[in-house]
Amino acid sequence: MRPHRQQPLVLAAGLLSAAALALFWALVAGDMPIGLAEVFSALAGGEGMAADIVRELRLPRAVAAFVCGGLLATAGALMQVLLRNPLADPYILGISGGAAVGALVAITLGAASIWVDTLAFAGALTAMLLVFGLAHGDGSWTQTRLLLTGVIVAAGCGAAVTLMLALAPDTRVTSMLFWLMGDASGAARPWPALVVLVLGLAAVMPFARDLNVLARGELNARALGVSVRKLRIALYVLASLLTATAVTLVGSVGFVGLIIPHLVRLALGNDQRVLIPAAALAGGTLLTLADTAARTVIAPQQLPVGVLTALIGVPVFLFLLARHPR
Amino acid sequence: MSASRIDVPPLLEAERLALQVGERWLCCEFSLSLAPGECLALLGPNGAGKTTLLHTLAGLREPSVGQVRLGGLPYAAWSPLEAARFRGLLPQQQPDHFGASVLETVLIGRHPHLGRWGWETAEDEAIARQALADVGLQGFETRDVLTLSGGERQRVAIATLLAQAPQLFLLDEPLNHLDLHYQIATLDLFRRLVRNDAARHGAVMVLHDINLAARYADHIILLDGRGGVKAGDRDAVLRADLLSQAFGHPLRRFESEGRVLFLPD
Repeated sequence: MRPHRQQPLVLAAGLLSAAALALFWALVAGDMPIGLAEVFSALAGGEGMAADIVRELRLPRAVAAFVCGGLLATAGALMQVLLRNPLADPYILGISGGAAVGALVAITLGAASIWVDTLAFAGALTAMLLVFGLAHGDGSWTQTRLLLTGVIVAAGCGAAVTLMLALAPDTRVTSMLFWLMGDASGAARPWPALVVLVLGLAAVMPFARDLNVLARGELNARALGVSVRKLRIALYVLASLLTATAVTLVGSVGFVGLIIPHLVRLALGNDQRVLIPAAALAGGTLLTLADTAARTVIAPQQLPVGVLTALIGVPVFLFLLARHPR
Repeated sequence: MSASRIDVPPLLEAERLALQVGERWLCCEFSLSLAPGECLALLGPNGAGKTTLLHTLAGLREPSVGQVRLGGLPYAAWSPLEAARFRGLLPQQQPDHFGASVLETVLIGRHPHLGRWGWETAEDEAIARQALADVGLQGFETRDVLTLSGGERQRVAIATLLAQAPQLFLLDEPLNHLDLHYQIATLDLFRRLVRNDAARHGAVMVLHDINLAARYADHIILLDGRGGVKAGDRDAVLRADLLSQAFGHPLRRFESEGRVLFLPD
């Protein structure tokens, strides 16, 4: 739809090979050197310690990082259309705040990790329903009202998180902080989240052109035959579920959900039919790269992955911004 | 308001329509009918409810009383996309939150003509380029809409409506931001479309300039901002006494070279 339309196949091939390279690097890199041949043999079901490390540790972690990045970038792109606000990100409506409250309650109680995940997801859904209800969740909201309600709920959750951090015993604070910063190392079960990502993309792609129209304003969209109310409710629920899944899987990794949609928009334009799948792939690639770097750069010390996403993303973003003078 | 040919249903009918916002009645019950080949102007002071009425006629708002029919059928009988192929709205404002090229923006108008999985074809692009040429914006295709002047942005919006290719144009202040030349060019453009031989099109436009309404409209709806409505043929409604009362300012009528002019005292 741009005047100089990108070659869709070239584009898809480029993004897919970048994603594949990032995933392979994640499987190869680490304390124990494992060659590409061994990685392939491990993926094909080979035996041995190298195969176990690849299959049991590196693959789940790489997939978790990839899926989380894809989920956050997709949710960010959807939120930016829903709120028609370039500053919107997946966390702006309090989803991650709700998840953090749930997770920290579980950590405070010393619950097992499955309960941390469960309470985090429940907290995210509670925040979603709360914002939805308070903002008159029949789709008739103005985006300012939705935005303000979400920001206020997020602020309330932030206060609760700070309170729990202040009151928690020192032994628990570290795991709380790691949860808050996002950590893919504990994500042993990334496959259900991958299913959520694929289903989410499959659900949104038939409506991608409707999103293009919605981005031009509600009145325009309604006059052009878009069922705005239903579309906005669906967008809100879908973006919230994607965010909740990502936050439950890895934690509130910052930056990916805000910057990746903008990065893709700068490079490829604002056609959601291109932007959403491209953002999913680019977000996954960025977070996989960042997570692999986070665990290898000063190994055995692990860095918070959110720091690495910013360190990689900021220069790329600034470069693209400078290339597009307004 | 006029006897349309019996075989062609009116493009737009309002039957005993009344609009209420909160506790306030914007207009009492009135009826109108717009046949193909006709042009209707909505006049009235600020806040009288012209935009609300236009949105109601566009099927984007439920009337408080009465019914609106598009092409002989109530809006409930139209799917949103079918309605979008039959009637198009030029909104009063064009919110741009993200950058986009002018051509992309005009192609948005093709949305109701494309299937769920459809992408714009070369034909859609040709329609969009023609629409840009019609509003004098050829060569602007790759410009970012965020860099346009107000008048250029307004003409992009008009081109988007032309690309939508509806039979019925609903124009909310189409002359916003336009200089004198493009004001006349825009009204001439819509008059050509409405008056052409096929006589398929019609237009309803919210205007602020009484004299342009006198020049281009066949019918007038005059809202007085206190719930009163005068609807009828141009010459029956465009009277100095009715206009003075509606706008709350004395107006005088002049005739010059066969044209009627109203000037404020």
